[in-house]
Amino acid sequence: MSKPISEMGWDELAPGAVLYTFDGDINYNIADIQPEDRMYSETSSKGMSVGDWRVIKPVWNSETCIDCQNCWIFCPDTSIIARNKEMKGVDYEHCKGCGLCVSVCPTNPKSLLMFNEYETVENALANWPAKKKKGEE
Amino acid sequence: MNKRVMELKGVEVWDGNMANSQAFRQADVDVVAAYPITPSTATVENYAMFHANGYIDGEVMMTESEHAAMSACIGAGAAGGRVATATSSQGLALMIETLYQASGMRIPVVLCLVNRALAAPLNVNGDHSDLYLTRDSGWISIDAFSPQEAYDMTLMSFKISEHPEVRLPVISNQDGFMTSHTAQNVLPLKDDVACKFVGDYLQVNALLNFDKPVTHGVQTEQDWHFEHKAKQHAALMGSKKVILEIFAQFKELTGREYKLVESYNLENADIAIVCLGSTFETAMLAIDQLKAEGINAAVVAPRVFRPFPLEEVAEALQNVKAIACMDRSAPGGTVGTLYNEVSGALFNTPARPLMSNLIYGLGGRDMTVAGLKDIFRNLDKEAKAGKLSGKIQRFIGVRGPELSFYDAQGDVK
Repeated sequence: MSKPISEMGWDELAPGAVLYTFDGDINYNIADIQPEDRMYSETSSKGMSVGDWRVIKPVWNSETCIDCQNCWIFCPDTSIIARNKEMKGVDYEHCKGCGLCVSVCPTNPKSLLMFNEYETVENALANWPAKKKKGEE
Repeated sequence: MNKRVMELKGVEVWDGNMANSQAFRQADVDVVAAYPITPSTATVENYAMFHANGYIDGEVMMTESEHAAMSACIGAGAAGGRVATATSSQGLALMIETLYQASGMRIPVVLCLVNRALAAPLNVNGDHSDLYLTRDSGWISIDAFSPQEAYDMTLMSFKISEHPEVRLPVISNQDGFMTSHTAQNVLPLKDDVACKFVGDYLQVNALLNFDKPVTHGVQTEQDWHFEHKAKQHAALMGSKKVILEIFAQFKELTGREYKLVESYNLENADIAIVCLGSTFETAMLAIDQLKAEGINAAVVAPRVFRPFPLEEVAEALQNVKAIACMDRSAPGGTVGTLYNEVSGALFNTPARPLMSNLIYGLGGRDMTVAGLKDIFRNLDKEAKAGKLSGKIQRFIGVRGPELSFYDAQGDVK
């Protein structure tokens, strides 16, 4: 985009209000390039923070995580950050706090749990529940 | 082009629905998604039969509703395919939300709208309630008065809709039953000629183009919405030029000439009616018969209802003294659409004809040659007297006491 879309006149906008994800044509394999290195356009949602939609947040515990990638697969907002099939954390700019990652986490105790938005990650990890015994609800 | 060719005769006997189906088949549509409703059912039913018999390479989707049918068309269109559907009346009403999506998203879709009354009371017959419901939807709206024209308009609709300067959905209208179920001689093009005329589908911002990822159906608020709607309107208004170009190419190919505004006997006519649909051809008969009575009448009909050919309508009606705008739809608390639009077209011009608004033919009530002759005779009287013979809006052909509204103000000349 030559200038911010908010400054464009009607004649300069793309028909149908379509938004291009990347600047220019893609002549490379997007999957080979990490998101932080891709040429996202200004109108891509990548640059838009929606973290304040959230009232509860998932916190990730690396001590119990087995890198199964369930959360990465199920997250509806691609907010689970993984590299080389290893869990790296949560993208709090785009996570909306739906809790799906927590529900699909298979470990005992869970490696992702929902905490109040104002809770610090350090506090959350300090209060992580212990492993449940067999038959314990 | 579809792999299997259908051998057609030079002259086929088709009703308006079959004309639509054949135009769909020849246009090599990628996805036809539809839900059946009288009187447009046969458009898709015939097409599904072609599909079952191996004449269609594309997909036929039977959806769970008209809303879903148009939604599927929009999805397949955004993905990058040529799409079409057909509906009528209540189906159109259920579709209406998605009509605005299609035009706002600038997805080329061809919708064969077989015009039928809207309930209640439930009625399957032809009037223009559904056509009028699409007025502000941002679609190009073209009207066919016969099965031949339905074939021609539907075929041309693909070319108009997909033109790079247009990229807007198009409605190909015809009257329910009067056109859709009346078999007449139709001169079709051969499959290869028709397919070549329509041309290859040109993808623009296709979702399935992974070299240029794109988001369709975005949200815009006060910061962008107005600019996007302005651009959409500009494209719709600009489509007039493209429609004329494609009409000209079609004439070159077939010899059949279409105009933005059709008329009959307009030269030297003193009076005129303005109408849509099959009433045009009925009026031609009435006009011919009235010449013996010394009445020189004309019929004028917008072939292209949207974008409204305001200048062409004004130009056509400069020299008549009395005009009856005939609206085949319950006007819902005001004058009919044609009255409003034709009066508006004439207002900034020297012409000051007597203007009346006749509401007729609701729910398929016949408008006969005799009925139109009476209308023309009355118009002739009005033109000679220099004033309206009654109120501005009158219901024609309804049982019971005279039903009319709105007095002309002052000394109308």
